[in-house]
Amino acid sequence: MNDIRELYQEMILDHSRSPRNFGPKEKHNLSAKGHNPLCGDDVEMHILRTTDGVLEDICFEGSGCAISTASASILTGVLKGRSEEAVREIFASFRQMVAGQGDVPAGEGLGKLAVFSGVRQYPARVKCATLAWHTLIQALSGVEEEVSTE
Amino acid sequence: MNRTPQTNESCPSFSHLDPIRRRFPCLQQEIHGNPLVYLDSAATTQKPTQVLQAVESFYQEDCSNVHRGVHTLSERATIRYEAVRAKVAQFIHAPDPHGVIFTSGTTEAINLVARTIGRDRVSSGDQVLISTMEHHANIVPWQMLCEEQGAKLVIIPCTDDGDLILDDLQSLITDRTKVVSIGHVSNAVGTMHDIQNVIAVAREKGAITMIDSAQAISHLPIDVEQLGCDFLAFSAHKMYGPTGTGVLWGRKELLDQMSPWQGGGDMIRTVTFENSTFADVPWKFEAGTPHIAGVIGLGAAVDFIQEVGFETIQPHEQQLLEKTVTRLDQLDGLTIIGRPENRISVVSFVLDRIHPHDAGTIMDQQGVAIRAGHHCAMPLMSRFGVAATIRASFAIYNTLDDIDALVAAIESVQEVFN
Repeated sequence: MNDIRELYQEMILDHSRSPRNFGPKEKHNLSAKGHNPLCGDDVEMHILRTTDGVLEDICFEGSGCAISTASASILTGVLKGRSEEAVREIFASFRQMVAGQGDVPAGEGLGKLAVFSGVRQYPARVKCATLAWHTLIQALSGVEEEVSTE
Repeated sequence: MNRTPQTNESCPSFSHLDPIRRRFPCLQQEIHGNPLVYLDSAATTQKPTQVLQAVESFYQEDCSNVHRGVHTLSERATIRYEAVRAKVAQFIHAPDPHGVIFTSGTTEAINLVARTIGRDRVSSGDQVLISTMEHHANIVPWQMLCEEQGAKLVIIPCTDDGDLILDDLQSLITDRTKVVSIGHVSNAVGTMHDIQNVIAVAREKGAITMIDSAQAISHLPIDVEQLGCDFLAFSAHKMYGPTGTGVLWGRKELLDQMSPWQGGGDMIRTVTFENSTFADVPWKFEAGTPHIAGVIGLGAAVDFIQEVGFETIQPHEQQLLEKTVTRLDQLDGLTIIGRPENRISVVSFVLDRIHPHDAGTIMDQQGVAIRAGHHCAMPLMSRFGVAATIRASFAIYNTLDDIDALVAAIESVQEVFN
C-alpha cells in the first residue's frame, strides 16, 4: 500500500475530488478537446492567451480518472501567468519525469507538478497524466482537431 | 494487505479442481508480491499446459506449411491442421467439418460474413439488426456495410438489468431485415441472450442469422443445429487456446454460394493472368498460410474443455458468479451494473466517486487482475450511463478464494480514496 500511496498522493486525491479552475469560462480565446480511448477520459482545455503570448487564464472541463483530473487541475494553477514558451519547457520536463528513460531527477524544478513523479512506476497511467498537457499544447497550437492519446 | 495463501479448506467441493488450476503455468506466479488472482478471462483465458505443448510440438516436430508439398512434415502439418476442423465441428455439433473456416478470430469471422454474403444480400433501404449489447466487433462491420450499401442498422434495446427487450422482435425484424447478428453472451455484463428466439423469428422472416459466440464458447455447450443459425463465430484465445486464431462456422449451402473473401495462395484452384478459379469451401475462405500452430493449439483447447466437461465447468462457474454477486452486494459504495436473468460468470460494477482505472491500478498492486474500461461496448456503457466499469470475469481455474481476494482489493481501493 505504501507504493500505491506514492502514486495517489494526498494532493492528487484532493485535486481529483475538488478540481480547481473547473468548468466553462466565458473569456478564453483558445480551446482544444482531448480524449483517451483506452479509458474514456475526456478533457477540454480553455486558455486566455494575451497578445504577447502569456497564458492569462486556463480552465478545463471533462471527466476522467483521478490522475487525469488532478493533472489537469494542478497544471491550470501552475501555468497561469506563464509564457507559452515557458509552458512548453515545463511540459518537456514533466514528460521526462513521468515517461523519460534512465535516471531522471524526480520533478526537479517542477514545483507542485513533482507530485506526479510516482506515475513513472505505472506505464499504463502515463497517458492519464499527460492527456491534459497534450490537449493544452494542441490548444496553444490552434489546431482544431481533437487530441487522442492513441 | 497480505492475504493468506490460497487453500481450498474453506470449500472442500473445489478440491477436485486443484489439478486443473495447476495445469495453467501463467497462474502460478506472484504479482507485486501477491499471488496472481486472474479475473480477466473474458478478455483472454489463460492457457493450459496441453495447449502450450501442442503449439510448441508443431514448431519443434512438424513445422511445415499445410496443403503444399509431398514431404513428410507438410503431410503431418496438414493432417494435424485438418483434424482440428473435424474436432471443432464435433465440438459445436456441426454436421459437416467443411463448414468450419479458420480465421484470425471472431472479429475477422464477422467481417468475412459482412463483406461477402452481407454485401450480396444487403442493398439500399434494407436493414441489419444487432443489439445495444454488442461488442464493437459485432457493431462496426455492420455499420460499415450499412454505410456502404445505404442500409439501416437497427438496434434491439435492453433493460436496465441488461436483458434484451425481445417483446417487439416481430416488428423489429421486417421483410427489409437481411441480416440479424447477435451476441450469444454479453462480454460486458454476462447476459446469456435468448438467441434461440431471435434466430427463430429471423429465419421466419428470411434474414441471415449470425451469432457472436466469443463469450459463450468456453462457458456453455453449443449446438449449431439446435440453434438453427446460419453463421457462428468464436475466438480460440477465449477458450483456453492461442491468440490470433478463431472460427467461423457457416451453413455449407450458404458458404458454397458465397464469393471469396480475400484472394491469395491456398484459396485458388487455378490461376492465370486472365482469371482464377477458387478452391472449395472452406479453403476458399482461407487465403494465405494460416496460423497453423494456433489452429493446432485450438484443437488442444477443445480437448481440454471436453476433458473437464461442461457438466463440471457450468456449476463451478455459477457458484463463482453467485458468491461474487452476494459479496459485492454487501459492499458500500459499489453498484453492480446489469442484473440479467441468465448470466455467465461475468460481473461489471462501479465504485462511488472512484474511476475504474484508478481501481484497476490499485487492485493490480494486490495481484488482482480485473478489466477496467468500456469493454469494447461503448454504446452499452452509454445505455447504462457510465463511461467505464470494473469487470471481474471467471473461468474454470478460479476459486472461491479468488473472490475473497477481489473483495479485499476493492476494500483497499476504497481505503486509498476515502
